[in-house]
Amino acid sequence: MADRVFTIRIITPERVFYEGEASMAEFNTSEGEMGVYAGHIPMTVILKPGVLTLTQAEGRKEAALHTGFAEILPESITVLAEAAEWPGEIDIARAQAARERAEKRLREHSPSTDIARAETALQRAIARIETLR
Amino acid sequence: MASMRDIKRRRSSIQSTGQITRAMKLVSTVKLQKARGKAECTKAYSDYMYKTMRSILAHSEGIRHPYLQGGESGKKAVIVISSNRGLAGGYNSNVVKLITQGELAEAELELYTVGRKGRDGLARAGYTVRLDSSDISEEPTYADAAALARAALTSFTKGEVGEIWIAYTRFKNTVVHEPRLVKLLPLPKPEAEDGQDLPMNFEAEEESVLEALIPNYLTSLIYGGLLESCASENGARMQAMDSATSNAEDMIEDLTLLYNRARQNSITQELTEIIAGAQAIE
Repeated sequence: MADRVFTIRIITPERVFYEGEASMAEFNTSEGEMGVYAGHIPMTVILKPGVLTLTQAEGRKEAALHTGFAEILPESITVLAEAAEWPGEIDIARAQAARERAEKRLREHSPSTDIARAETALQRAIARIETLR
Repeated sequence: MASMRDIKRRRSSIQSTGQITRAMKLVSTVKLQKARGKAECTKAYSDYMYKTMRSILAHSEGIRHPYLQGGESGKKAVIVISSNRGLAGGYNSNVVKLITQGELAEAELELYTVGRKGRDGLARAGYTVRLDSSDISEEPTYADAAALARAALTSFTKGEVGEIWIAYTRFKNTVVHEPRLVKLLPLPKPEAEDGQDLPMNFEAEEESVLEALIPNYLTSLIYGGLLESCASENGARMQAMDSATSNAEDMIEDLTLLYNRARQNSITQELTEIIAGAQAIE
């Protein structure tokens, strides 16, 4: 199975982030982490902020992937994400600061806090930090 | 014939106008390049978004959701994208014309305008402007588009409007810009394409997936529309300013000719007068 490849396209509003072939893709969805090989049944999943891992003949690639969705077809995957970053593009200090800020917001839990937004911000920061690890 | 001084004054005024239009052309050329680069980067995203949405819908049977059926209300929300500044040839009036001369009836429209020129033009024609976000038209960001999409979607889910449209200017190339009116919601359900008749599966509930996808879809198409309009605006302005500059040059040429003729005329006249005077003394 591992030698069968599919095309993967990762597109964000700013640019075509990545376009190429991979034998496996792993990402975080609303239902949990999932890994996809070629020949998957057609499926649409909602993405949560997390680490995207591509397994390719020449090695593994990692990137931080934020909210969006993916359309999985047997021969191809199209990922439409609101933002995506390679490890080299991540500012670790900023991610750490964002994480602390979001955690603080969630802890204090004042009525004015938008819980869903704070959680997304937290997940995003964690995804960035995880990608660098 | 006009006097030498009048011609001279007129010529120098046209000269300075020409300088202004030339500078404006240069500015919009630079802006166009920037806007165009951005629009092209985003085009992939909105194109794929549209394609993917269609293919998801084509593959999934029997989803019933207000986003696909349209609301009960006969009202239609139209997002109209124009510019804040004029002097862009027919750019703004073409977008306005799209609404006033289109097939949509005036009474059933609620406008979400971006760009002061379009807002003013349509408000004068008696249209209802529900929300104006003109300040984002210069350099639109994804977050701006998301806010606009949210506003339109909220009134859709509340049942205040039954359809969402967008009026923008498509940027074909530097000289061709095409004003377009496109229906965003409810999504037309496409016929399933052959060769791909596997049904689409959803990890979560179909409805909740759609619920999450639609705002994304709307935002990305609005964002694409904003960027393309921005590129078109600068393209249109560049063209308008280019022809204004060359018109100014033509006029200056004509006036220079006229001025020289007037000058020669006055010299000849002076000479004639002097000679006539000298002859009278003799």
